[in-house]
Amino acid sequence: MIEVKNLTKAYGNFVAVRDVSFKAENGSILGFLGPNGAGKTTTMRIITGYMPATAGTVLIDGLDIFSQSLEARRKIGYLPENPPLYLDMRVEAYLRFVAKLRGVPRAKIESALDHVLEVCGLTDMPHRICGQLSKGYRQRVGLAQALIHDPPVLVLDEPTIGLDPRQIHEIRDLIHHLSGNRTVVLSTHILPEVSQICDKVVIIADGRVVLEEYLKKLPAGTSLEDIFLNAITKERHEDGASAEETLEEVGAGHT
Amino acid sequence: MKNSLTIAGKELSGYFLQPVAYVVMTVFLLLGGFFFFALLRYFEVTLTAYSAMQNPEVLQRLNLNERVIEPMLHNLAIVLVILVPAITMRSFAEEKRTGTYELLLTAPIRTGEIVAGKFIAAAAFMLIMIGLAGMFPLILVAFGNPEVGVMFSGYLGLAFLSIAFVSIGLFTSSLTQNQIIAAISCFGLLLLLFVISWPTQGGGGALVDLVRYLSLPDHFAQMVTGIIDTRDIVYFLSLIFVALFLTQRSVESARWR
Ligand SMILES: Nc1ncnc2c1ncn2[C@@H]1O[C@H](COP(=O)(O)OP(=O)(O)O)[C@@H](O)[C@H]1O
Ligand SMILES: [Mg+2]
Repeated sequence: MIEVKNLTKAYGNFVAVRDVSFKAENGSILGFLGPNGAGKTTTMRIITGYMPATAGTVLIDGLDIFSQSLEARRKIGYLPENPPLYLDMRVEAYLRFVAKLRGVPRAKIESALDHVLEVCGLTDMPHRICGQLSKGYRQRVGLAQALIHDPPVLVLDEPTIGLDPRQIHEIRDLIHHLSGNRTVVLSTHILPEVSQICDKVVIIADGRVVLEEYLKKLPAGTSLEDIFLNAITKERHEDGASAEETLEEVGAGHT
Repeated sequence: MKNSLTIAGKELSGYFLQPVAYVVMTVFLLLGGFFFFALLRYFEVTLTAYSAMQNPEVLQRLNLNERVIEPMLHNLAIVLVILVPAITMRSFAEEKRTGTYELLLTAPIRTGEIVAGKFIAAAAFMLIMIGLAGMFPLILVAFGNPEVGVMFSGYLGLAFLSIAFVSIGLFTSSLTQNQIIAAISCFGLLLLLFVISWPTQGGGGALVDLVRYLSLPDHFAQMVTGIIDTRDIVYFLSLIFVALFLTQRSVESARWR
């Protein structure tokens, strides 16, 4: 379970994230949707404890990411926007390093390694040098490092960005398959991604949440695209449009 | 501690995945060998000259340590001023630039463990390099009769100096994501340690005393002449401690609200 409570983040005078709150329930996949520059990466960096919020807090399975940072971080697997690979290391050595860093017991490292290589489709790649991998395979290694300690919470920042359609499909399947009983938050600006694999969608625009809703509760006949476009244009015109209003409007347009 | 060793292992093997480490080591050993050869040659010439003059008193005073090892160590200290920044500049700056910093800072480890790991690796690298340069005096032991204790003290001084240098290098690297800026500011600080006492000539007072204490050449020269004094060891240890403390603060500051 991830609870984001009233997060605000200012870079100097510029407020990138403003009073953002949402909740990702246990075992669900939450799609964090928003145009470029909306504040997705900033929010995820705060959730994972990489940077502090200016105000507000995040609870990871009830642990505060600021005051109980070490314990909270232990529960998280994180794929940043750019896969954090050491480009001159071999895949295998890199994943072993992350496993140790993430506290996987020595005796379990080899089986954890075999498992993520298998799951992420890297069984032919363990001896390759990270810097020589294609973008798609770097993304897989990035996912593998996020999974190596079998974390209950997974935070993925645009896991399909920059991939070709076939790779996007593969990574999407992979995320769907490995979610299991994990809590997953994944950010994207690609709409179909959300409707295909997510249970819940949070739309963010200009640093504010404009919609938080379960996909199955969206009014029948409305497309996510309409909701998204409506939500982000609404945001531009009048501040603070509520989720209900947004939904009503889109729903009305389709009846 | 375990986490520090994990990071140290990654860092140390990382040095050798990169050509920089080999270049630094080669340059250091080649220059060391050159100094050694040149000084030894000069020593020999002087020896022959005085022998020809039949001057036993001067011959008595010609000392292998003083004439060869000491100046070689002083020269190597200056070489380290240039080479250490090349080794440490990557440590934090490169991680910030490529994004692996995000991996380190979101892992369940303390910032102190990250700093300690990088320090252990850089210090180990220096000890390996200086250890290899230890073959020069070994040649003297094989063919002559030098004072082993004095040589040991000199090499110990060089080891302390190099470890203090890498601590300062880690600090400047932690301040930026640009390797060049990290290297140049490290270079500037190291050079400053050599010249800081220049304006204190003939002065007095607490500040002047402090600045004189900070001056590196005096402490190093003591050890090179064979005097292992706790004051000089404390000097190097405090440099290391202060630089690492500042590095830890600088890394930790990313977590401050
Ligand atoms: N380190 C930073 N310093 C200043 N501004 C930043 C920084 N990181 C992001 N921003 C700004 O904050 C806003 C949100 O960025 P980001 O969270 O990366 O958005 P997204 O991931 O949704 O594209 C953008 O306008 C971006 O320019
Ligand atoms: Mg982003």
